[in-house]
Amino acid sequence: MTAARLSVRDVSWSPSHDAGNLLHATSFELAPGRTLGVVGPNGAGKTTLLRLLYRFHHPTTGSVVIDDDNIWDLSARAVARRVAAVLQEQPSDFALTVGEIVALGRTPHRRGFAGTSGARDKDIIDEALVRLNLSGLANRHLGTLSGGERQRVMVARALAQEPRLLILDEPTNHLDIRNQLEVLDLIRTLPLTIVTSLHDLNLAAGVCDDILLLQSGQTMGFGPPAQVLSEAAVSDTFHVVARREQLSHSNTDHLTFHLHAKGPPR
Amino acid sequence: MREAISRGAWGGMPLFLLGGLAVLLASLSLAISVGAVPVPLGTVWSVFLNRLSPGLIEQSWSQGREAIVWDIRFPRALLAMMVGAGLAMVGASLQAVTRNPLADPHLLGISSGSAFGAILALLHTGLFLGLLTVPLLAFAGALGATAIVLAVSRIADATSADRLVLAGVAVSFIIMAAANVLIFLGDPRATHVVVFWMLGGLGLAQWAQLIYPLVVLAICAAWLMGRSGDLNAMTVGDETASTLGIPVARFRLAVFVAGALITGVMVAFSGIIGFVGLMVPHVARMLVGGDYRRVLPASALIGAVFLLWADIVARTVMAPEDLPIGIVTGLIGGVFFVWLLGRRSAV
Repeated sequence: MTAARLSVRDVSWSPSHDAGNLLHATSFELAPGRTLGVVGPNGAGKTTLLRLLYRFHHPTTGSVVIDDDNIWDLSARAVARRVAAVLQEQPSDFALTVGEIVALGRTPHRRGFAGTSGARDKDIIDEALVRLNLSGLANRHLGTLSGGERQRVMVARALAQEPRLLILDEPTNHLDIRNQLEVLDLIRTLPLTIVTSLHDLNLAAGVCDDILLLQSGQTMGFGPPAQVLSEAAVSDTFHVVARREQLSHSNTDHLTFHLHAKGPPR
Repeated sequence: MREAISRGAWGGMPLFLLGGLAVLLASLSLAISVGAVPVPLGTVWSVFLNRLSPGLIEQSWSQGREAIVWDIRFPRALLAMMVGAGLAMVGASLQAVTRNPLADPHLLGISSGSAFGAILALLHTGLFLGLLTVPLLAFAGALGATAIVLAVSRIADATSADRLVLAGVAVSFIIMAAANVLIFLGDPRATHVVVFWMLGGLGLAQWAQLIYPLVVLAICAAWLMGRSGDLNAMTVGDETASTLGIPVARFRLAVFVAGALITGVMVAFSGIIGFVGLMVPHVARMLVGGDYRRVLPASALIGAVFLLWADIVARTVMAPEDLPIGIVTGLIGGVFFVWLLGRRSAV
């Protein structure tokens, strides 16, 4: 696996000419192998930004550049060989097995009629299944799996794509604590460039190298978590009173949130 | 059933296809042998072999039998197979690109559009394009109906499974009403034939015309098979499919056009035969799993066998009268639909 360099240059997006921008000019650079967390309140433009990165939306202005190539200068297939996305879409139950879903990741790599799959395809699929601890479930139907298992299937499918940039949209949503931690652990260990939207700021601070803080389509901050997720910035962005506190046993920072400025004196 | 699907990588496909072909061949023989005038199976295949290579077998049957087997029942049975295979493949493909297990050319109004076009040609415009007039206008009608259903479902924001079917049924009602107006305005002497044709029937099959459905089916089936991987991806979701490099909107449109093409030509030659496209892919998935590389050929096989048998029933229950085959498939399909609804709500 190789990781991609991602440059987002003055990217903005609006759904139509007369509508306002859902995302205002946004720029950042992500070095190969780094993990970026995109955080912000509901409707801040997180999903819009991700859609611009995986070539679902065409930017109104600016460009998304992956390893020196503007993604709109490449074909959809060529981009699909570099960028994989794990979205919140739930596959309908069409009786596909876990193995068959993961095999979909090979789609952009296949050539020719009916996309014959080679031995290398099979190795890659098996590797993805093993990596996500799904080998025993390869022949199970997606419909029979738990939420956490399904999420792992979708990540394995994305890895079978052999991407250099992996995009995850709220990967911990609807997962129990153990599954959340497993997904985050995976994000931490994958040698890819990763962009993920996350709701939980403390999880984001723990797992990400960089944080992009969004509010109403505006960038409120970009940089290391400790710097971007300051009490003032978080309070301002989320319209809450945020406090950075120290957990007494592990001595790690932890953000707490309150509706009103009250509580123990500081 | 679930166990059968869960066998995984599924090495059983060649065996399934082989068994399916054997059943198909047996059903074909039976369909030709059974009827108002029963013909022994031996005679059926003797006539066939003699036609392939004249003089191969000494003729021990009457000219009348020969005509029944070769001129009437063979083309009829072959048309049944093509219509069954075609409608089943259309249903399977539409189910993938709409992510809707209830998608079916009949329920989505495509069949009604074809019927409208065909009636227009039969009763009003005349055959201004020769023999191809009816299939061509049926195809145009199918395309028109597809466009209307897609537009309505977009305007009414009815892209969910149940609401898309409602949009299709609504459009289907409107088009059928318009088609009935065409019948009402048409030449009364011809309307009887047209009404019967609309109920679905294979009785008009002729060797000379089989080439049209065959060519359309062969081309569309080959294209759909070539796209089976993309059809798999479409079942996961539009956005995910697009991140796999599939031009989702264009691909869905292309599948709808291919579906309209198959449905149009099948309706032109056999009238409205409903529920085959709804029912057969579900049976196929129970037998071979959900991968479209297997679902499509399995649907074609099962659809062909199903329609051969539906035609056998249609020809025998009220013999010597032919019951319109649409009544048989409608009855079976309707019951299946109810069962499907019950199963879905139980999950």
